[in-house]
Amino acid sequence: MKKFSVPALLTILAAGTVVAAHFELIDLYVQTVIMFIGVNIILSSSFNIINGYMGEFACGHAGFMAVGAYVTSVLNIMFFTSSKTFGDPIFSPELALWFFPVTMILGGIAAAVTGLLVALPSFKTRDDYLAIISLAANFIIVSLFINMDSVGGARGFMGMKQIIFAMEDVAFIPWMLIWTFTFTYATVFVIRRFVSSTYGKGIIAIHQDEIAAEIMSVNTNKMKLVAFMLSSGLAGIAGGLFAHILGYINPNSFNILKSTECLVMVYLGGMGSLSGSVIAAIIFTLLIEGLRFIIPAMDTLIHFIPLVPDTFHLSQVLKWVIIPLILVILMQFRPEGIMGNRELADFFPKLKRYYEFK
Amino acid sequence: MSLLKIKGLTQQFGGLTAVSDFSTEFQGNELMGLIGPNGAGKTTVFNIVSGFYKPTQGKILFEEKPINGLKPHRVTAMGIARTFQNIRLWHDMSLLDNILISQHYNLGYNLFDLFVRNRRYVENEKRMRNIAMQLLEQLDLVQFMEEKPKNLPYGIQRKIEIARALSVKPSLLLLDEPAAGLNSSDVQELIKLIGWIHKEFKIAIWMIEHQMAVVMSLCSWIQVIDFGQTIAEGTPEQIQNNPSVIKAYLGDDQI
Repeated sequence: MKKFSVPALLTILAAGTVVAAHFELIDLYVQTVIMFIGVNIILSSSFNIINGYMGEFACGHAGFMAVGAYVTSVLNIMFFTSSKTFGDPIFSPELALWFFPVTMILGGIAAAVTGLLVALPSFKTRDDYLAIISLAANFIIVSLFINMDSVGGARGFMGMKQIIFAMEDVAFIPWMLIWTFTFTYATVFVIRRFVSSTYGKGIIAIHQDEIAAEIMSVNTNKMKLVAFMLSSGLAGIAGGLFAHILGYINPNSFNILKSTECLVMVYLGGMGSLSGSVIAAIIFTLLIEGLRFIIPAMDTLIHFIPLVPDTFHLSQVLKWVIIPLILVILMQFRPEGIMGNRELADFFPKLKRYYEFK
Repeated sequence: MSLLKIKGLTQQFGGLTAVSDFSTEFQGNELMGLIGPNGAGKTTVFNIVSGFYKPTQGKILFEEKPINGLKPHRVTAMGIARTFQNIRLWHDMSLLDNILISQHYNLGYNLFDLFVRNRRYVENEKRMRNIAMQLLEQLDLVQFMEEKPKNLPYGIQRKIEIARALSVKPSLLLLDEPAAGLNSSDVQELIKLIGWIHKEFKIAIWMIEHQMAVVMSLCSWIQVIDFGQTIAEGTPEQIQNNPSVIKAYLGDDQI
């Protein structure tokens, strides 16, 4: 019974949202925000493998997201739609629905292979130097896509909405919402299983004492490889979802700013806490979207005071003042993040009676 | 067949020769000591044997197989476990996890088994847990099972580190200054513990130690090195009366 409480709750929540979306009880904007929460949960929890559990400081997560986004989009458009660049569809568009998870996972695999770009140097380097390498990897990937004219270059790449339409032709239900729920759940599930096994705990051992890990028969290089590839592969899946939610991708949406968002989410939630990552992703997404409404409201508010000149306006750029400020305040007053390295059940021991999440 | 055979081991760091022409041999389950003044190269020998350094020259045969140049985790998997001078436990993990992670050399399942959580995974996790629990019971550490090592007294931490080394089922245990930082009653317990482990697990133990009480009461054969050179070897009595050992430790009477 305990075993099924979490999956059951999540299924009910997801099904409820999908049904509500289908009957247009929640509008498209809210749906998009919900899907972005899903994408951000995947991003932050997968990034937590490296920065939280393994204790390395990588900061190029968005690069792997870009690889996943581009590979999935290109594959889907090549296979299931007619486009100028790739010509007629190779398969019938109806098949898009069934092969969507496949192309998604292929994007993830491509991103995992790109993850080697950081994983291999990590054998010999760590800390600040690895951070620079991961940053460089992010820049390499982004400039690669900027200079790749076949996928739109700096103008971006679009047409993914056609895939959604092809799926909706088969059955008219909010498919992206369903896929986002599925992949988000799968990601959290996979990471949870990984870090709770003796195998996965090897990366926590590397975090706490790498030399001791090596001497106590943990193959540290292999563990690093597995951790980096798992993390970047899941980021690739997040990228694929992101591309299909928006229907349009641009290399510049995967730049260092996006990586910083991932970093903020991990540190907000707590390094080495999966539930922390999930909570932080939800809070962060709601905060970013909330500021869209709060900033104009604040703008009208300050114009009540005659001291502020009429020409002065608070712009949306302020978002990028408020969010880093939150990080500064967080580091000052709660450096371990919302959850520290503990899980939800450690905070509320009574919860253990109702669920078992393994 | 000898357990461990080291011949002509030399390690140079740039121009410095840390160990030169070091040789030793373990037949079965001896308890040997390696002593010498600070900076003599004792820990370097251990680091070479456990795979952290690749020796400049020399041969290391473990159970007749050459092990020089192997990665530390491979050496450990073959059956050489070691502890460190300064305790290197995973301080933010429970004691049980500390022992469990040391089973990495023999997981018995792969990533796929882990994600689908099939029978192979469940059975192997159970098997490793049983090994860990059995070891904790043998060493009387079950009461600390869920504790984090950082919250335990130093003497217990030493014992845990030895327990963790034993969990890889080694046939040779290297102890690097096990008595460092312990008070005299802890040292007495440690002597008892090492003697007991030697008898109970029937393994060879090789230790570096500065406290003569430990070395003299435990070891059956002692080697002394100074500036990388082996200056003496023999039984504890022979070493105690060896003039070159006294000279290395206490210096010459000439000024």
